[in-house]
Amino acid sequence: MIPELGNFAVMLALCLAALQATIPLVGTYTGNQLWMSLCRPLSSGVWVFIALAFACLAYAFLQDDFSVAYVARNSNSMLPAYYKFAAVWGAHEGSLLLWVLILASWAYAVSLLSRNLPLDILARVLSVMGLISVGFMAFLLFTSNPFERQLLNMPPEGADLNPLLQDFGLIVHPPMLYMGYVGFSVAFSFAIAALLTGRLDAAWARWTRPWTNAAWAFLTVGIALGSWWAYYELGWGGWWFWDPVENVSFMPWLVGTALIHSLAVTEKRGVFKSWTVLLAIAAFSLSLLGAFIVRSGVITSVHAFAVDPERGMVLLALLLIIIGGSLFLYALRAPVVKGSASYEGTSREVFLLINNILLVVSTAAILGGTLAPLIYEAIYGEANRISVGPPYFNIVFLPLMALLSVFLGLSTFSRWKRTSVAHLKEQGTKAAIAAVILGIGLPLLFTMEVDWGAMLALSLALWIVFCIARDLWDKSSNRASRVAALKSLSLSYWGMQLAHFGFAVIICGVVLTSHYSVEEDVRLAPGESIEIGSYEFRFDGVVERAGPNYDAASATIFVTKNGAEYMTMHPEKRTYRARGDMQTEADIDVGFFRDLFTALGDERGEGAWVVRVHLKPFVFWIWFGAMLMAAGGITAILDRRYRTKRVADAIAAPLGTTAPDTTTGGGAPVNA
Amino acid sequence: MHAARKQKLMIVFAILLGSAATVALLLFAFNQGLNVFYTPTEVAEGKVAARQNFRIGGMVKEGSLVKQGLEGSRIAFVATDMNEDIPVEYTGVLPDLFREGQGVVADGYLDESGVFQAQQILAKHDENYMSAEVKAALDAAAAKKAEQQ
Repeated sequence: MIPELGNFAVMLALCLAALQATIPLVGTYTGNQLWMSLCRPLSSGVWVFIALAFACLAYAFLQDDFSVAYVARNSNSMLPAYYKFAAVWGAHEGSLLLWVLILASWAYAVSLLSRNLPLDILARVLSVMGLISVGFMAFLLFTSNPFERQLLNMPPEGADLNPLLQDFGLIVHPPMLYMGYVGFSVAFSFAIAALLTGRLDAAWARWTRPWTNAAWAFLTVGIALGSWWAYYELGWGGWWFWDPVENVSFMPWLVGTALIHSLAVTEKRGVFKSWTVLLAIAAFSLSLLGAFIVRSGVITSVHAFAVDPERGMVLLALLLIIIGGSLFLYALRAPVVKGSASYEGTSREVFLLINNILLVVSTAAILGGTLAPLIYEAIYGEANRISVGPPYFNIVFLPLMALLSVFLGLSTFSRWKRTSVAHLKEQGTKAAIAAVILGIGLPLLFTMEVDWGAMLALSLALWIVFCIARDLWDKSSNRASRVAALKSLSLSYWGMQLAHFGFAVIICGVVLTSHYSVEEDVRLAPGESIEIGSYEFRFDGVVERAGPNYDAASATIFVTKNGAEYMTMHPEKRTYRARGDMQTEADIDVGFFRDLFTALGDERGEGAWVVRVHLKPFVFWIWFGAMLMAAGGITAILDRRYRTKRVADAIAAPLGTTAPDTTTGGGAPVNA
Repeated sequence: MHAARKQKLMIVFAILLGSAATVALLLFAFNQGLNVFYTPTEVAEGKVAARQNFRIGGMVKEGSLVKQGLEGSRIAFVATDMNEDIPVEYTGVLPDLFREGQGVVADGYLDESGVFQAQQILAKHDENYMSAEVKAALDAAAAKKAEQQ
């Protein structure tokens, strides 16, 4: 009964979403207030029914209802309850339901939190979101229904969840990632609404910014969690592989980052308008492209676990309709939303333009590298295949990010409209000198080696940090007490600096890990040991151990530091009983300055095993920096000016004019 | 020259220079990261130059895996498309799903003695999932065999 109820709830939600997509939109054209105002109750209705459907599926999992085909394929009665719940989104059908639920949640959130949005705008935004919901709910219902029953030949036991997914990572990574992906649908819908009305002013940008920040922060966390999961679960000791599926999550993030910066310019200065709209469309389109590539399996990837070409085609059609339709609308309407304000050579506008160019070029390069195997195969036939490896991505991406870091530092001191070169020099020279000296000196001091790549990157990270510090120092110098001065700075300013600081932390983590890690994959017989830095790892052999739903070969590795006992590590090789799948379980000693990573490879006879022993300095900083960035994005949302009513200037600002500078809350000169 | 015009010229120049540098970087990077896929048959036919990086795919030949007696963590096996066999050597940890009689995809190069030196062996994450590369290689070899008979 319960699964049928869930199925019925999806159908009802689909009908309500169809109404949400049409009635309010028609209302905006006929000027019918009642029709427009229906967008709020309709979006809450969609949310309630999708949430109900989700609850039904979760219930089926928790009750081990193997008459539901999806549950039977992805669960097992031996599975711990929290994995049963997470298994709801462990494969294609359920993860699509999660996707739809999150889409409905964002729409519902918009309807709840946009009290000061004019009704006609809200009606358009929610209609567009309704339209996207209709597409995905129809896809869910007609091609990937998770509630399908198999009452005949009902299996007595489920086939179990893929052991790779039986991990804390599954519980948090997909929801966060989807919150980000789908969250960009809000900015997308705002952009479409702006194209429909031709009204794209400072107020529009101010409404869109918090939503974009929120989606971006979720995506940041989602990607970081994915990377962290790959690091400890795949057992390869790496944290980023330039795998197609990683790339497709990274592209919307890069474009979303560009969008955040471009929105700042649109809000403050009324320029970059049509560009901002294009970025909003691109961010969501790339999210959809990501879903398509992951789900269709067109590219060989570690994530291609739910490969189904037919579903891929439907998804591709959906993708083309959404992207094609929005770009068509853009071509028709973009000239209407042009901005006109002047700015000069070294103004903040120009720095943000450079930021946008670099981010978009990086995205295009990654997109090209990711799709190249597909294109090559399409041209030269199926027997001719290529793959594009990490060297391509590193060679393209790293120089672009280095440039980005240079300009990021400079832009900290820049002002809107015009900034003199002399001002930039005066502010930046000391920071630059200090960054270069320390960036070269510190690695030299600690390693006694010259590694130019590491020194350059470290200098750039320090340059960003020093620029931030210098700016904070300057901004707090005019008040009686510095603490009071710092307290008076706006939250959006703090958010920006926090996110930029997080970026510098990531650079440090990435560079120090990739340049100074010691990685040994060695064959060790019991009693043999290997020395890495000040640590010595002694392999004490492997014993069999039984877990709740797996059998493990568990190794004992005794670690000493400078000769003194430090710890004992137990990396494992697990065989899951239900499917017979093998799974490597790394053992990691996490530290703020270094990780000790051990993983068990394969047996090499006479009790000897290949053991992966890595010493990874500063690897934690990669994820720590990502969390700082996300925190920065959230901090900026909390800024007061997003909550105060500003209906007046929203209506007053006519089409295509520059936003009045009074929108710069608190009168602070720098308030991005 | 007029100041505004001069500035415009500078901007155009900067854009041109930037695009040229980006394109050059892209091409160079593409050359470095590109791996063409070859089947064991194609390798045996001498389509690949020594020391050229490429990707090979096929099945791990039954009974060909040697795990002991080699230096350090080195292993050796034979990759086959049921038509031609190519010996492969690799140093390091094998993926969990690496087995004799199963599909394998590896990146690396052919050394002077005709042994494929794998730098990376790709893992697949599902028992039932056969990589498109391996399938294509086997199909091509089967077609070729049928042709010869």
